[in-house]
Amino acid sequence: MPESTNKGSSIRTSAPQPDAGANGTRPPRRDGSAIGASPPRLDAADKASGRARYADDIRLPGMLHAALLTSPHAHARILGYRLDAARAIPGVKAIVTGADLTGPRAGGIIKDEAMVARGKVRYVGEPVAAVAATDMATAERALAAIEVDYEPLPAVLTIDGALADGAPILHEEFASYVKTIDGGGHGNVVFESSVIEGDVDAAFARCDAVVEGTWETQAQHHVYMETNGCVADVDAAGRITLHVTCQSVAHVQQRVAEELGEPMARVRAIATKVGGGFGGKHASNIHSIAAWLARAARRPVKLVLSRTQDFEVQRCRHPARIWMRTGALADGTILARDVRIVTDGGAYADESPPVLAFALLMSRGPYRIPNVRATGCAVYTNKLRSGSYRGFGNPQASFAGESQIDDLAVRLGIDPVTLRLQNAMRPGDTAFGGQPVASCIVAECLERVRDAQRAAPPLPAREGRRRGVGYAVMSHVSGLMGTAAALQLRSDGSVGLSTGCVDLGQGADTTMVQICADALKLPMERISYAPQDSDASPYNWKTAGSRSTYMTGRAVAVATVEMRAKMFDHAAELIECSTADLELKPGGVIGVKGAPMDVTFKQIALRSLFQSGGPIAATHGFVFDGPGFDPKRAAVNRLAFHNLGVYTFGAHCVEVDVDEGTGAVEVRRAWCAHDVGRAINPASCESQIQGGFVQGLGYALTEAMHWNAEGWLTTVTLADYKIPGLLDAPPEIHAIVLEDPDPSHPVGAKGIGEPSLVGVAPAIANAIRDAIGARVHTLPMTPERVLTAMDLLS
Amino acid sequence: MTAPRHHSTLVVNGETRDVLAPVSATLLEVVRDQLDLCGTKRGCNHGVCGACTVLVDGRLARACLMLAVDVGDRPVTTIEGIADERGLSRVQQALVDAGAIQCGFCTPGFVMALTALLDANPHPSRDEVRSALSGNLCRCSGYIKIVDAAMRLAGSPDA
Repeated sequence: MPESTNKGSSIRTSAPQPDAGANGTRPPRRDGSAIGASPPRLDAADKASGRARYADDIRLPGMLHAALLTSPHAHARILGYRLDAARAIPGVKAIVTGADLTGPRAGGIIKDEAMVARGKVRYVGEPVAAVAATDMATAERALAAIEVDYEPLPAVLTIDGALADGAPILHEEFASYVKTIDGGGHGNVVFESSVIEGDVDAAFARCDAVVEGTWETQAQHHVYMETNGCVADVDAAGRITLHVTCQSVAHVQQRVAEELGEPMARVRAIATKVGGGFGGKHASNIHSIAAWLARAARRPVKLVLSRTQDFEVQRCRHPARIWMRTGALADGTILARDVRIVTDGGAYADESPPVLAFALLMSRGPYRIPNVRATGCAVYTNKLRSGSYRGFGNPQASFAGESQIDDLAVRLGIDPVTLRLQNAMRPGDTAFGGQPVASCIVAECLERVRDAQRAAPPLPAREGRRRGVGYAVMSHVSGLMGTAAALQLRSDGSVGLSTGCVDLGQGADTTMVQICADALKLPMERISYAPQDSDASPYNWKTAGSRSTYMTGRAVAVATVEMRAKMFDHAAELIECSTADLELKPGGVIGVKGAPMDVTFKQIALRSLFQSGGPIAATHGFVFDGPGFDPKRAAVNRLAFHNLGVYTFGAHCVEVDVDEGTGAVEVRRAWCAHDVGRAINPASCESQIQGGFVQGLGYALTEAMHWNAEGWLTTVTLADYKIPGLLDAPPEIHAIVLEDPDPSHPVGAKGIGEPSLVGVAPAIANAIRDAIGARVHTLPMTPERVLTAMDLLS
Repeated sequence: MTAPRHHSTLVVNGETRDVLAPVSATLLEVVRDQLDLCGTKRGCNHGVCGACTVLVDGRLARACLMLAVDVGDRPVTTIEGIADERGLSRVQQALVDAGAIQCGFCTPGFVMALTALLDANPHPSRDEVRSALSGNLCRCSGYIKIVDAAMRLAGSPDA
């Protein structure tokens, strides 16, 4: 059946009301609708009481404990292993090394990885061997007894080093790797992409003002509070079941099956509660190790990473170097932008190809710029793999792009907000790449944060501090890849809802039930939401890309409407009337419009189960169906995406104080306006905005992974790697939730998970510039870098 | 060779529990692995994140930094001992109601820290709340709604 749409909706921007309290909080809606209310999260009481079960809380009879032996070399050939002493230790039940692996390599677009190193190690911390033993102490003693012979090789630790003539090559077999897209990789280049619209060189020749700069961004770690881990169980037939903290059970099942050489039918993945993901649990890499050991030992195996190992073996946000040039006419019309982005992908490709592609697509920003050339590549280095992380290349591109807009405003002598408004995208414009953008309120987002900041009582000036105000705008997507939802009506008239969308803490569970409850006018407590299990859940690509509320939410809405139609058919036969005479009434009732002739969901269910028609169930699945790139408008080369879209927009405004003596930056207040399409759960929208802001604050000011000259990661504890604490976060983060419903979604929703982080670093950089008159081009903007920028000025 | 284990007793959530653990075992390891009280979380095992916060003799302690044998006869309260089996404490309920819980991994630690604050100071100011909770890391929330929940409990006019 065709999907319902709300093209005729009159809502433009409604929530929240202007009288929202501090930090955007406001009372829940009272019209009884499940959408737009902020009921407590389904799992909040479990989490508050300590009952929620995360991966490390799973204990199974006979369970073994696994430990990883990791590489002490950034780059070395593995000559051999001596395992006899480890095997002889009582309690050691299984050991795996790269010598045991014979199947093809695994990975994303480029299949270059193995669960433990094969042939070579390519970063310090790479798993080389793993042991399962009866307790952790025994497993760790066994690790100490394993000897690995290495032939150290010269290492590549920087982008320049990777691209230098005669650089050591990380993957000599690159040409032989399986690739789902040919990205033109060669030498240490993983992937190359470009997007070009218009005639950039000719446009620059017409510009009255041109600004140019280079920006550098760092490796950021996700620091989900729960480290990665899983428990792998095995039955007598050798079928493996993983209890796993992850962003997709379908992905874990597929990856583990691939690495173990098992059919997917013999691997099952069940999601535990997930203690944060942010992209860091997007791709599976350690789960196969636990599964391998469990299969070998025929016993359950727990592998949960320590915080230090999680830093060392998982993934990080891509460090990037971004060169950018932007030109405008004297009246402020931006004509051209030229961008070159090089990302440091680390030792394995992981998500480097799509992150690069997305960074290029976002590098124009939410502006009408008719001539844009964005080119880039990702390179291999002998460090931890870079991969998916909240924003997916957009934070890097936006740090450069939104900083440069302010530089351009200064050059033109135009107010930065005015310049942005003048060039902002409008509904009906096209995104970079040529897709039409149906809804766009970036200008309104910017006006809202500007007006809110101006209306706020000024904070008193402080001795020795310089105050600055900075802005940034951003866009992002929420539609990509495939998903599905399934429902069934139970004999008591309650509903079972199931999707493959793992809740990472953002509240997807509750949101899905709200969408379903709204379409059935049923209280939320009469809908159950199934935990994700690859044996039972409908396919979902991943909880990633800000796509859950748009993609899976849309599947839930359409499936619910479909089930409702089947229920109407039963109701019409029970009442002996036409379905056209029927309406849904609140509380699980279908009845004749305006008449007291009703049947309950329970009566409908019992009829379907025991008398006629059969059990009532519905499923809906789809792959993102928005328009693809437009070849008439854009030359798109190796972009790693078929299509993506449903654009969202936002704007940030921050006030900072910069300490004249130390260079320390303190963010005093922030206003963040975001288009969420439709706020299914306004409290969750606000939480995503506030939480994304503080994660972006860490990216902007304090968080950085450092490797020493030997390639050792030196920031491996939360004492060395500084994420914002409560006193680092501004006491006021005003979340302004705006609704510009997307016509392709039955209830108009879009994503908000990533956009909230994207604008933070450039807004702060622009506020610093406003305060001190100097531009910081490198993240994080540490006191030393701020002082250096001030010194260069004087 | 496995490290020798040491018999001791701990008073946890009002019950006297037998413990058999190496002397090097932390209180976190004992409550999670020996006593099956998994609500206390291991976030960093380094004393930084606060996810393992418990009360020892009514005072906040990082269970990952304290050896179980050092607890002696001082009573220990974990997240499981904060409320009775059926309900939530007012601190827990306030966090639920404020939408202050996202992934939830840090939540038990915040519950312990906020409970200890309100026991000592029933009407803290916003700055006192921010200071008292500043030893607990949250990666999801931005902290705003956690502080809002605390201010509602404090009955503060600026809640």
